[in-house]
Amino acid sequence: MDDIKYSNTPQHDHEHSRTSYDDQKDYGTPASQSDVQITLTIDDREITVPEGTSIMRASILAGINVPKLCATDSLEPFGSCRLCVVEIEGRRGFPASCTTPVAEGLIVRTQTPKLADIRRGTMELYISDHPLDCLTCATNGDCELQDMAGAVGLREVRYGYEGENHLKAEKDESNPYFSFDPSKCIVCSRCVRACEETQGTFALTISGRGFDSKVSAGISNFLDSECVSCGACVQACPTATLIEKTVIEHGVPEHSVTTTCAYCGVGCSFDAEMKGEEVIRMVANKNGGANHGHSCIKGRFAWGYATHKDRITTPMIRKNIHDEWQQVSWDEAINYAASEIQRIQTKYGKDAVGGITSSRCTNEEVYVVQKLVRAVFGVNNVDTCARVCHSPTGYGLKQTIGESAGTQTFDSVMKSDVIFVIGANPTDGHPVFASQMKRRLREGAKLIIADPRVIDLVSSPHVKADYHLKLRPGTNVALISALGHVIVTEGLVDEVFVKERCEWDSFVAWRDFVALNQNSPEVLSLVIGVPAEDIRAAARLFATGRNAAIYYGLGVTEHSQGSTMVMGIANLAMATGNIGREGVGVNPLRGQNNVQGSCDMGSMPHEYPGYRHVSDEATRKLFEAAWGRPLSNDPGLRIPNMLDNAIDGSFKALYCVGEDIVQSDPNTQHVTRALESMECVIVQDLFLNETAMFAHVFFPGATFLEKSGTFTNAERRISPVRRVMTPKNGKEDWEVTAALSNALGYPMHYKHASDIMDEVASLTPTFKGVSFKKLDELGSIQWPCNDKQPLGTPTMHIDEFVRGKGKFFVTEYVPTTEKVTPKYPLILTTGRILSQYNVGAQTRRTKNVEWHKEDLVEIHPHDAEERGIKEGDWVGIASRAGETVLHAKISERVQPGVIYTTFHHPESGANVITTENSDWATNCPEFKVTAVQVTRVSQLSEWQRNYQTFSEEQIAFTGKKPEASEA
Amino acid sequence: MKIEHLVTMANQIGDFFKYFPNQAQAKIDIAQHLEHFWASSMRDQILAHVIEHNGAGLEPIVRDAIKEHISSNQKN
Repeated sequence: MDDIKYSNTPQHDHEHSRTSYDDQKDYGTPASQSDVQITLTIDDREITVPEGTSIMRASILAGINVPKLCATDSLEPFGSCRLCVVEIEGRRGFPASCTTPVAEGLIVRTQTPKLADIRRGTMELYISDHPLDCLTCATNGDCELQDMAGAVGLREVRYGYEGENHLKAEKDESNPYFSFDPSKCIVCSRCVRACEETQGTFALTISGRGFDSKVSAGISNFLDSECVSCGACVQACPTATLIEKTVIEHGVPEHSVTTTCAYCGVGCSFDAEMKGEEVIRMVANKNGGANHGHSCIKGRFAWGYATHKDRITTPMIRKNIHDEWQQVSWDEAINYAASEIQRIQTKYGKDAVGGITSSRCTNEEVYVVQKLVRAVFGVNNVDTCARVCHSPTGYGLKQTIGESAGTQTFDSVMKSDVIFVIGANPTDGHPVFASQMKRRLREGAKLIIADPRVIDLVSSPHVKADYHLKLRPGTNVALISALGHVIVTEGLVDEVFVKERCEWDSFVAWRDFVALNQNSPEVLSLVIGVPAEDIRAAARLFATGRNAAIYYGLGVTEHSQGSTMVMGIANLAMATGNIGREGVGVNPLRGQNNVQGSCDMGSMPHEYPGYRHVSDEATRKLFEAAWGRPLSNDPGLRIPNMLDNAIDGSFKALYCVGEDIVQSDPNTQHVTRALESMECVIVQDLFLNETAMFAHVFFPGATFLEKSGTFTNAERRISPVRRVMTPKNGKEDWEVTAALSNALGYPMHYKHASDIMDEVASLTPTFKGVSFKKLDELGSIQWPCNDKQPLGTPTMHIDEFVRGKGKFFVTEYVPTTEKVTPKYPLILTTGRILSQYNVGAQTRRTKNVEWHKEDLVEIHPHDAEERGIKEGDWVGIASRAGETVLHAKISERVQPGVIYTTFHHPESGANVITTENSDWATNCPEFKVTAVQVTRVSQLSEWQRNYQTFSEEQIAFTGKKPEASEA
Repeated sequence: MKIEHLVTMANQIGDFFKYFPNQAQAKIDIAQHLEHFWASSMRDQILAHVIEHNGAGLEPIVRDAIKEHISSNQKN
């Protein structure tokens, strides 16, 4: 049988769809990866499976459903429920089929009178301590306990309910998303094991022994426990013990559509379980290539914003930002916007307009926006929010290895021996991938972390970093050079790899540079703030620990030398031969869901889709022919250039789709001054975001649940986004852009998002083989997908780099000009938190606010004491750019001299204090380093007070009531 | 755009390339970076600054890169 060759590596996902393997079925225990085949007989059927497979899995693969309760194929077998017992010829007793592996020639029986007797007896015991309220139970019809009672033919419970039982156990309703009802618990431990094995948090345990055994989230309730609300326990629970409150409220869903999460760059696949047009719950898709059935609090639970009352669903226009909004028809809004763009281009010149796309948009939306700007506006002034996050990745990786993308698939981490995390906080920013990483770490992989702050990965249950290089913010490049120094001077370079795969001259230049004494850990440790011996030890471990993989985030890119650091990372991977196979590589962890995709789609001002420069004659001709319009060969304006030109008076109109530059870009007051200088700001969004408060036209947007398209995650995986409900605003976002284009005299004739992807595929070599049809067949595709790699490419640069030979770059450390001084003696660095996402526009409008109601400033006890600051005090943070006030959180997670905050709430004004200092190559802002002073204060900053008045007024202009962010 | 701002950005670009062993190549790379990533209006402005004010404020290697390569490579 074909289906038995199942392997859970994502490269083989496509094989499932061509076999009779049912990817929705629960096979009880995980698949074995062994190549050795074993043949046995189960209920007179001969079956061949890989060695190590359980008898349970072999039976289910053969179509024989062994009863089970504590087994599920996402977890290791546990053997506690005693329902799956079988008889094996020549063996004594009744072994559990979940914990008994297959063996050659076994003869197994799963149905005998004796087995039926045992199972009935076991079920009788379970049911004797279980409420008999099936008809009114929330999982009625969707309950494994109910199914098993039926399967074993339970007809009576002889024990009665008078004796001691758990039926009156109290519910724990503390978590806003799910309920815990211990009266329904059968203590199968699936939730506890899911918390350990799937999520890796170890928040749950079985407390007590024997009859007293019960699932416990620690000393108090779920909400106050270590639980991170990933939902793995809820998904694993076979009864109604752990269940989504939405199911309790609405009943069991009636249909399900597979789609892709719209939060972080992990890009989890979910089944949107529906009742008509209403989402009842989002359940992690076990066949998801990136998440394999796991999820986090955001993707699984925080989708309520889609129907939040703050959503604006009617187009609006106004002449002046101090006027009330006027609700108009789509036609009127579109025509007004088009006429304004035409007026402005006639009056101020073509170059006075531009567009900004977002990593929150689908590939198809981004593609049509950049097409509109290039072909219809006639300029290349299109940029995307990757400008402020991963633009240095695009530049740095293109220069060194030839492609602006991560080199690996997420599953590659399971073959890593050394994991090097630089400037990333995966447990908060990329939680589902972090769970996979933690699984590998529990298997024994070594861990090096370079981060100024003690992130959770440094030390958490069963995970401990071998080296935490707690560097000073802004000294990444010094660190990477020092690591290179050790590798070169201690003879740890993989010369065979370098000679064969890289430009030798560039290597020699780099080698000679890092070998200089000025780059030794001993010299640089003073700058970096990490002991030289730790740097040496980490370098040795990285270079000699077999498969070493680098994972990095915005702590690498958001610096004045962000691009240099990305190149330094590529240097290190190439020098040690850690690129071009599984288990290694350079892995940028993308912040938002479609950072990779929006960059792929040509949303940067200097390149067309597929990272081809606008000056490239052949590419430009290709697009001119396809689009039927002349195109400019000159790079357009980047976001900060647009803003600067607006203040100078030469940039007058902006079409901003899905992005909120006022909240997410640095130096807020500069951004708002620029927007106030424009004559037509068009914002397309779900909500009246901070940028929309400065807009003249508002196009209401659609949520990911209301449209079709694709997102591309951090591992280049293109995944389908499927429309599960009618857009409340009446249009999918690409339709709005197309309508604007039509109004400007350039008709776009797409009927469906798939037509747009077809156009992308026809014009972009790396997407040549991509289509919605193929995505339906394969589930997801990792680009490049072309004639040579028709099923996609999980690992890149295998035999040669995309640019041919890898190129090393000299990476001289240039200290940032954002220096600490007596006036600004501390460094502010920023980051994110698990429950919130980016500017918070979505997550603040869900119950996730219960975990993070406001942004706090973390201050080291030493710095706090010097300034008389106590926990919870109002603290004024002043930088060269501005001032804001936050509540203090005294924490040793930050080092003395460094303070930290998140930027999820607009009233926090985190970007009021960040400066316009930026990366030399890409102008990515230096968010991670701002010199500041903090003082105890008694009131909000002037900016915050003005903001409050302004935003209340702006919300009132829409006709809605201003209200604090809440679910 | 403010010329001081452009000068700062150009010098930052120079700070990366000036450490290359081959200085002639470094100048070409600086100029190419400006060609590839700066809008022509920004390039024109800094070129004018080099011509009219001898690139006041610019690092010598950046000034020379613009003088030697941008003028000759100017498109359109």
